Amino acid sequence: MNPIEQFEISPLKELGSIGAYHFIFTNSAAYMFLCVAILVGVTLFAMRGNSLVPGRLQSALEAVYEFIADTVRQSAGEEGMRFFPFVFSLFAFILLCNFIGLVPYSFTVTSQIIVTASLALLVFAIVIIYGFWRHGLGFLHLFAPSGAPGWLMPLIVVIEVMSFLLRPLSLSVRLFANMLAGHIALAVFAGFVATLAGAGVWLVLAPLPFAMTIALLALEALVAFLQAYVFAILTCIYLNDALHPHH
Amino acid sequence: MAVATETATEAQTEQKGGFPPFEPEHFPSQLLWLAITFGAIYLFVSKVFVRRVGGTIAERAERISRDLDEASAAKARADEATEAHAKALAEARDKAQGIARETREAMNAVSESRRKAVEADLAAKLAAADKEIATRKAQAMTNVNAIAQETAAAIVARLTGHPASSAELAAVVSPVGKS
Repeated sequence: MNPIEQFEISPLKELGSIGAYHFIFTNSAAYMFLCVAILVGVTLFAMRGNSLVPGRLQSALEAVYEFIADTVRQSAGEEGMRFFPFVFSLFAFILLCNFIGLVPYSFTVTSQIIVTASLALLVFAIVIIYGFWRHGLGFLHLFAPSGAPGWLMPLIVVIEVMSFLLRPLSLSVRLFANMLAGHIALAVFAGFVATLAGAGVWLVLAPLPFAMTIALLALEALVAFLQAYVFAILTCIYLNDALHPHH
Repeated sequence: MAVATETATEAQTEQKGGFPPFEPEHFPSQLLWLAITFGAIYLFVSKVFVRRVGGTIAERAERISRDLDEASAAKARADEATEAHAKALAEARDKAQGIARETREAMNAVSESRRKAVEADLAAKLAAADKEIATRKAQAMTNVNAIAQETAAAIVARLTGHPASSAELAAVVSPVGKS
């Protein structure tokens, strides 16, 4: 049992290449599409009646909608609601990928640094582009908070710029590392179960790592939700900077 | 056997360049599919999800506030009706009391006048009876006088042998009858 094996990308269909880049339909891509299918399927199924008195699934979906909408409103204000589809897409995509990844033998899309980094850079790019488009050079006020003494300004600007530039890194690594570490731990403990079960008398000890695996799975379920939420709320906070740079 | 597979996998991994998430080999494909799927999710969320879920929530909120408005309007109408009803009731009661009072007064007046008439009638009858009694008494007294004089004359004639004059008799008898 190799705990790293689960992150391996296996090609399912070769599609062709542009220059040196090969484009392949991989297991990772299949799980991304599964995520889209689940979101679309659940939404259409839950909202099929579109009734004013919601059923169970519709209630749940509306609760998620309200939850993210409240998060956006609280962090980025009423103006931030124009980014609601974006934030909700991020949240839904990450949450579904995280939870799909918890199913044994499945693939976790969010354990790929390229995926989390792309999403983080997308957020970063939207913040910068929207910030400059909306406020022009006024967006640079973000790096020079008013009210700070003049002699401190150079230091503050350097710190602010550094922390701003480090945002995509922390945003992507946080999600990636959480998913990676969690799944490695799960695989290691599940591997113990298999090893003990196959080692004769040691079989009696197998329930211990099995219980640990179950506990870890519960923890990972929490982490799966929490990381999706953290990604969403940090996105909101960064978008708030683009909306209101004068803080 | 397990060890053999592990070493084989390790060899394979090493050959591929180590840790799978850091292998740049699949980066272009991953980016392509991420762009397609995330784009699809964004389109779906912004075009369908927000309109259907958000729309339903907004519609429900609007419906609830409309229903509440209607309910408060209906309540106001009901209050008005209650007030009008109470007012009408009070008016009716006043009117009824007025009618009762008038009727009572009218009846009092009628019975009073009837009573006075009867009293007057009775007083007249009483007066008439008194008068009658007085006349009868006077008449009776006159008769008594006459009888007394006659009796006295007879008594005197028998005792004395010769009749007494009527004037003398009247002078003696009359004061007796009067007393």
